[in-house]
Order: sequence, then C-alpha cells, then structure tokens
Amino acid sequence: MAVTARPALDAQKLRADFPIFEQKIHGKPLAYLDSAASSQKPRQVLDVLRDFYETSYANVHRGVYVLSERATEAYEGAREIAREFVNAPSTREVIFTRSATESINLVAYAWGLDNLGPGDAVLVTELEHHSNFVPWQFIAKRTGADFRLLPIDDNGELRLEALDELADGVKVVATNYVSNSLGTVNPVAKLAAWAHERGAIMVVDAAQGAPHHRVDVQELGCDFLAFSSHKLCGPTGVGALWGRAELLEPMAPFNLGGHMIRSVRAEGTTWGELPYKFEAGTMPIAEAVGFGAAMEYVSSVGLEAIAEYESELAAYALERIAEVGGVTCYGPPADRRAGIVSFNVEGIHPHDVAQVLDSEGVAIRAGHHCCQPLMTRLGVAATNRASFYLYTVPDEIDRLVEGLHKVKKILG
Amino acid sequence: MVDDLYREVILDHYKNPRGHGVIEEPDAQAEGLNPLCGDEVTIYVQFGDDGETIDEVKFSGRGCAISQASTSMLMEMVKGRTAAEIAELPKEELLEEVGIPLTPVRLKCALLGLGVLKVALHRAKGTPLPDEWAGLDELDLR
Repeated sequence: MAVTARPALDAQKLRADFPIFEQKIHGKPLAYLDSAASSQKPRQVLDVLRDFYETSYANVHRGVYVLSERATEAYEGAREIAREFVNAPSTREVIFTRSATESINLVAYAWGLDNLGPGDAVLVTELEHHSNFVPWQFIAKRTGADFRLLPIDDNGELRLEALDELADGVKVVATNYVSNSLGTVNPVAKLAAWAHERGAIMVVDAAQGAPHHRVDVQELGCDFLAFSSHKLCGPTGVGALWGRAELLEPMAPFNLGGHMIRSVRAEGTTWGELPYKFEAGTMPIAEAVGFGAAMEYVSSVGLEAIAEYESELAAYALERIAEVGGVTCYGPPADRRAGIVSFNVEGIHPHDVAQVLDSEGVAIRAGHHCCQPLMTRLGVAATNRASFYLYTVPDEIDRLVEGLHKVKKILG
Repeated sequence: MVDDLYREVILDHYKNPRGHGVIEEPDAQAEGLNPLCGDEVTIYVQFGDDGETIDEVKFSGRGCAISQASTSMLMEMVKGRTAAEIAELPKEELLEEVGIPLTPVRLKCALLGLGVLKVALHRAKGTPLPDEWAGLDELDLR
C-alpha cells in the first residue's frame, strides 16, 4: 500500500519502541487496533517513569531537601512541556488533573455553577463522548440552563447550518476535537469564532485530538481545552486542562484541600495562585512526569506526520473493509477523518465480531464507545471500532480483514 | 478458544432461537438492557391454571450470539416449572447448559435473559429478587 512508501513516519521502526508487541496473543502476533480507547506505551516513557521513581521521587513543592526539589523540577518541567505541546501562552494556564474527564468536570463545575442560570443555554454536539456530555447535562440541570445538541449529518459531521437556530442564550459551546467513535475532525476554530460572537465560551475535549493532531490553543481560539496522557503514549491517571487566565482567575476552586490555598484560618480560606488553585492534594506526580515524556516522544515523531499517516491508514482500512461485503462503515470520508473506523457487520453483534477477532490476536473495541446519544442517532446499539496510532502497521488492518471473513464464516 | 465459545449448540440456538416471539397480554413481563454492549431482551410469561406454573414463555430483543443463545436455552429450561422455582434457580444451572468458558464481560451477556425473567416474576408474583439481579429492575430501556 501507499502508506509504507512515505518516509515521514516509519511505523514499523516506531513499533520496536513498544514492548507490548513482543508477545503473542492466542499464539498470534498482537494486532492492537484500540488506540482510541488507550494507547500503548513506548520504552522512552516507561524508562522515564522507572528512573523518576528510582532516583528523583518525593512529594513536590515546599520540600527543602534535594529529592523534593528534583521531583518538583521534573513535575514543573512536564507542565512546561504541556504548555509548549498545546502552544499555551503561559504555564499558569496549564493545570494537571487526573484525566480529561476531570478537566471537563472542573470547567463544568467551577465555571458552570457560577456562570449559568435560567435563560442560559449549553450547546454540545451529538458526537460527544459521555465525558463532554454528561457533566454539561448535569450542570445545566442544576443551574436551570437549557441543554442543547448540535446535530450531525449522515456522514457524522456537524451541521453548522443548524447553529443559528440553537443560539438563543448560549453561554457554553462544548465539542470534541476528534470524535472518538467516528473519527470526525471537528471545525473547532469556526465553532469558537461563532461562540465568541455570541458571548459564549468554547470548551474543547481534545482527549482524542491531542494525541493525533497538532493542537494550538491560540490558533483554535478556544477558552478551555482538555486532554489526557493515556491516549498519548503516557501513563494513566493524569490529564491536563488549559484555560485562559482571565477565565481561570475569577473561578472558584474545584477540588479543595492541601496545596491549593494561600492561607487557611478558622474564619476563612483564601486560594492559591494559578495553576495551583486547581491542584488540590498530592497530584499524580510520576504520571505527570511520564506524561511529559510522552508528549516529547509524540512531538519527536511529529504531530503532522502522525495525522497524515493515520488518515492514510483510515483510507486503507475503509477500502479493505468494504471488500469484505455486508459491512457498513460510519463516519466521514477518509480525507476528513482521523485514524478511527467504526463499522458493523450485517446481522452480527459487535461483541461476537470482537470475540472472534480476539481469537486471531486482533484487538478492537465493540460497544457504544461512551457515545450513547450518537449510537441512537446512527440507529444502532453498538459498533465495532478499529483505531490506529503511530505504531499501527498496514499488516494489522489486513489481519482485521481476514478476521472479518472468519467472523462471517462462523456467525453469518 | 473461539471454537469452544461458538460451539455448534450455541450457534444453533442463536440462529434458530427457541421461544422467540411475543405473548400478547402476558401474565408477567420485563425488559432488560446490558449497557455494556447494548443487548436488549424482553421476556413474556403466561402461567397455567394454578397461576404458578410457567405455561408459556417467549422472548424478543436483539443482542450478541451469547445473549440470544443463552436466553433461547433458558426458554426451554423453565417451561413447566413454577415461578418460585425459577426465582431460586441458580445461575450455574443455566451456565452449565450454555457450557462454554465465559469471560466476565460475556458472563453478563449470558445471564441477561435469566435476570430479566427473575425481574418479570418478581414484579408479577413478588418472588424474591436477590441483589445481584436488582440492578436490572432499575434499568430503563432507552
């Protein structure tokens, strides 16, 4: 296939960085096509984690001894890497969280509870992961604000022409950058401009976008952007939120406890400076350091190269899967999607498809992908989803296709 | 492993489900959803003259081969038995009949029908519903 002819990204070579591929599953090499759920981890990240724990670990901030200083330097170093990764103006605006989900909850609670009320509206898209849907639905209900959905077309792309009829009272527009179910790459900059014209804030869930596409918060023009480590070759348990300082400053804290304070007295407490106001308790320190190493790894491969390569893999997968016959693929054409292909085999439940594929060493996801409103829109209970990353090779897609023939033979 | 899972008897029940259909005006009915994968099962029961014995039982819905086949097997297993007996039917009895190795995720598929039947009997007859099945009683279908 054409993909391998491109020198920009050598997936076969990168694959050697990932120890997980050294094993066999059911006696067969692992074809890992579930990177949209979580990515595998390269040695470069695992080594940093181990090294940090073995040589530099202590709790961060306020420690006056060497180890605490070292740990603080590594933790704050990761913050600077994250700042650069999304081209944020300042590290004060980069908050570590436990996940992209927590980042969104932080905004929904800390901004939403104080800024939403009856007559206001929150607009999210029909494509959202539950992480950028449920918090807004909940906070809208709590505050009496209206909760609205921007619909998609049959390709799984946002119907921007429907925006104006949903505009009344809108205070928050929330969208994912890349749909985790369909791979749709959403026009965030356009949505942000539209939101700002109406005095609304723009919140972006980049959990699926940041690992695969270059993210520049200044170019996107958004107000908040959430992303996580584990989908980006980094450890689980840590995520980040970027937010504009002028919005973060007046916001009430989200989690309360140690380290997020300026002074604590019986009669009252004052809050610390950004970003620490939002980092209560002992943070996932080593995980943040590993997250930093992961962002460096992914950046060294090149976000543009990754996006281009995955789009080619998606085109190849769509073409090969269509050859199987009796398979419906969902989502936009390959040139407008990330490396995610959702599909159904006619008359065969995704769980059965995934189970047979597993016996061939091919790992895909089957289910609603935390997108039940989207599944309802597509008129299905669940889909199969194959998703790719910088270590995915075309051979894995070929094995998926062979597996689908076996699925049809057994269950068709 | 996959050949064990999709052994002939499972595929037979999946492709030719027993008791698949609807009973109009049933004496007991419940529906359940496996939110992990979207399996949906509705079960309809009609009692005999004693008001206790399961005279007729049918199911409708959609789902994976494991959930559909195990519910089909369940239909054959419970006919002619009383509501009280089925309320106490251990899940192992059905799993033995299904007879395949199941991972925790697939176990939920295999036991969906049994749970829904227990909920139906609980609602119609007040038979006991142990905690492990109570979750199904609270689920709403979309």
